[in-house]
Amino acid sequence: MTGGGYFWAGCALAIALAYGLTLVVSNEYPFFAGYVVIQFVLLATAWNIAGGYAGYVNFGAAGFFGAGAYAAVAAGLLGAPLAVQILCAAVAGAAISLGVAYLSVRLRGIYYSIATIAVSVILESIVLNWPFVGGARGLSIVRPPPPPGFSNYTAFLFVVMTMLAVTGVAVAREVERTRLGRGLAAIRDNEMAAEACGVPTLNLKIVAIVLSGALMAVAGAPYAYYASYIDPTSAFNMSYSLAALAMPLLGGTATWAGPVVGAVVLSSLQQLLTVFASAQVNLLVLGLILILSVILLPQGALELARRRRPA
Amino acid sequence: MTFLHLLVSALVSGVLVGAFYAALASGLALVFGVLEIPNLAHPAAVVAAAMIVHSLNGWGLDPLLAGVLLAPVFFVIGAAFYSFYRYVFEIRGSPDPLRSFSLFFGLAFLIEVALIFSYGVDFQSVSAPYIGHALAFGWVRLPYRTLASFVGGTVLLAGLHLFLTRTMPGRAIRAAGFDPEALRMLAISPVRIRQLAFGLSLATAAFAGALLIVIGPVSPSADRIYIGRAFAVVVLAGMGSISGVYVAGLLLGLAETLVLTLFGASWATAVSFALVLGVLAVRPSGLFGRPR
Amino acid sequence: MSDVLLSVHGVTKRFRAFVAVSDVSLDLGEGERLGVIGPNGSGKTTLINCIAGQLRPETGSIAFAGRDVTALDAYKRARLGLARTFQIPQPFRGMTVAENLYVPLGFGAGGGVADGAALRDGALEILSDLGLAAKADLSCRSLSQIELRKLELARALAGRPRLLISDEAMAGLSAGEVDEVLDILFRLAERGITVIMIEHIMRAIMRFSERVVCIVAGRLAASGTPEEIVRDPQVQKAYIGE
Repeated sequence: MTGGGYFWAGCALAIALAYGLTLVVSNEYPFFAGYVVIQFVLLATAWNIAGGYAGYVNFGAAGFFGAGAYAAVAAGLLGAPLAVQILCAAVAGAAISLGVAYLSVRLRGIYYSIATIAVSVILESIVLNWPFVGGARGLSIVRPPPPPGFSNYTAFLFVVMTMLAVTGVAVAREVERTRLGRGLAAIRDNEMAAEACGVPTLNLKIVAIVLSGALMAVAGAPYAYYASYIDPTSAFNMSYSLAALAMPLLGGTATWAGPVVGAVVLSSLQQLLTVFASAQVNLLVLGLILILSVILLPQGALELARRRRPA
Repeated sequence: MTFLHLLVSALVSGVLVGAFYAALASGLALVFGVLEIPNLAHPAAVVAAAMIVHSLNGWGLDPLLAGVLLAPVFFVIGAAFYSFYRYVFEIRGSPDPLRSFSLFFGLAFLIEVALIFSYGVDFQSVSAPYIGHALAFGWVRLPYRTLASFVGGTVLLAGLHLFLTRTMPGRAIRAAGFDPEALRMLAISPVRIRQLAFGLSLATAAFAGALLIVIGPVSPSADRIYIGRAFAVVVLAGMGSISGVYVAGLLLGLAETLVLTLFGASWATAVSFALVLGVLAVRPSGLFGRPR
Repeated sequence: MSDVLLSVHGVTKRFRAFVAVSDVSLDLGEGERLGVIGPNGSGKTTLINCIAGQLRPETGSIAFAGRDVTALDAYKRARLGLARTFQIPQPFRGMTVAENLYVPLGFGAGGGVADGAALRDGALEILSDLGLAAKADLSCRSLSQIELRKLELARALAGRPRLLISDEAMAGLSAGEVDEVLDILFRLAERGITVIMIEHIMRAIMRFSERVVCIVAGRLAASGTPEEIVRDPQVQKAYIGE
């Protein structure tokens, strides 16, 4: 099998494994916890398409996650099934990203970053003032019955999120392998030189940013069903922004595997911390890991583990 | 009170609090606008200063005085931090925006958590003879605490402006943003100047923190709402313009209180951020900044 | 007279109050070897930036290969076959030497190459041509000054250009290295690539150029053969002390 073959086999295996677990494990809790880890895999992978590949650092991942969650809720309130809700989330994420990109992408990277913070706060304000989806008080969500083949709905969501995460990772890998990925790497390295080499910098940056935003929103789409409840404070929680940044930085931003590793490690750690410690400790650890990764692991953990090229 | 009274009150409070926003943003304008270091942790430093002022006030020290005394301490911390930053980013690797932003972002969270561990999650405040009373001007009520912070903020900006335009080190800082080569030719180390600028930035944060807690109670998570305002002022003023920061701060203050009066509190936080997006869309170089 | 490949007409570029380039016009024929000289800060690189697309002039027009490119994005001009090197080499530092070439090979003139093997072959061919093949898989952080200049040229070549603008590629090099770069530029010209060479090294200008223009304070001060230029009083005035 070629390298590509191994990857796709791995994807199929992951989905099969996820489904297999639902048949074997009857307790709901492992799926509850596992969902969160897989969700962060998708969030981190999505973030990295713009942040790692293109060098456009999104500080408002929470805004996109929350936008996806609320777009899904709004669609659901209008009667749409989960699949359509996810699609609506993707469209919302893409549209918001497109807006942010048009505002800031011609300027330097820091303006994009500031714009993402601005957008996430504005989105939260909009939702706070939107009674249809519950506004500040939030909304209780009634889960539909689990589809045939699943004993409980959490297990079903676990498999759905696995499929979404696999899709996200596959997209990231495709971006990386193609001309788009090479162009983005050139832009990240030296945008002026990239332009002189014929790279359509504006277009590629916008593609990366839109893909990233859409996938981050998709990560948030099933959230309301997952928690059976949604409110702006939890959907737009800043820890999503911090995590989306810390996970790829920890694992490595150059390839698709980095965010996956970073997300699994960090998210599992977070699960442990929320059980044994407080929300503050959680933030503390995230912040510390972020800073330490930046200082000690400039290329991420994966690159450190790999043998370096001879210089 | 008639609508007109309400409006005029809003305008006045807007201008008063605007001077504080200018003070808050002045340090950020220094490092971000002039040195191009994106210090996302600046508002967190201001909040930390506010909390320390609260402690000092608990021992009987007037908050504004505490702010002034804290400034040199923060200056030293800022200068030391710059050396560390320089080692990690400007020497060891090529300055990578992602890592640089992330460092400050993470730092902001660390500071917030450290404050929560030290002070708890609740709001803290200060007391002083002038806090709690107001100046009555016809039907306009000007609380002394807001007046004090307006005066403080104005003095800070004026002092900063004088320093940057009339003194040699100040001019050197401005030159560092425009033309580091010129500095080298005058045998002034750009590194020393940048270190000075960073230290100065943190010193302003110390005083701004005092102003913040004089205006009203502060919680450790306050940095999240002020980050938008700080960047809004810097972006509105334009990169590289310190004096423009004063005007931009007043404009932001006005815009916010107007929205607050006309549309209510739930939209007020979004104002600063919407302003940022608006400026980026219409005039990215800001009101007074260098053209892109 | 061969076809006109590049036509610059009345180009003026201002930075607020400062006029960097003032009403410059010149025509370049296909296959011509043009030398550009002028004191430091006279606007040579600014003019090149206007031609290549990094800057937009306030007035004037620029036509390349029969098309009006005055307002065209820089990357589109590169795809039309207008390549330039940078005075201070701008390699992709995070990539190997070969990978640096994959970018223009993949995005350059004619839509570029996508296939992995073809990219590799194309890169190695150009690198061998310029004597850099041995360093193909090394990080470009390990390159010497002359090798970095050659990489700049290699990258410009990988875009399959019709016009190559070389901006002070020989600055700071030893005599032997200057000859190396000169040799490369001659070989490119032999293959039909039109070359604009901006240099301070008069020996190179004299040897290489069919025609020379002299830019002083943003204006085209003189134009002619190398021998004419050297005798031109304007040029001599501008270079007193150099």
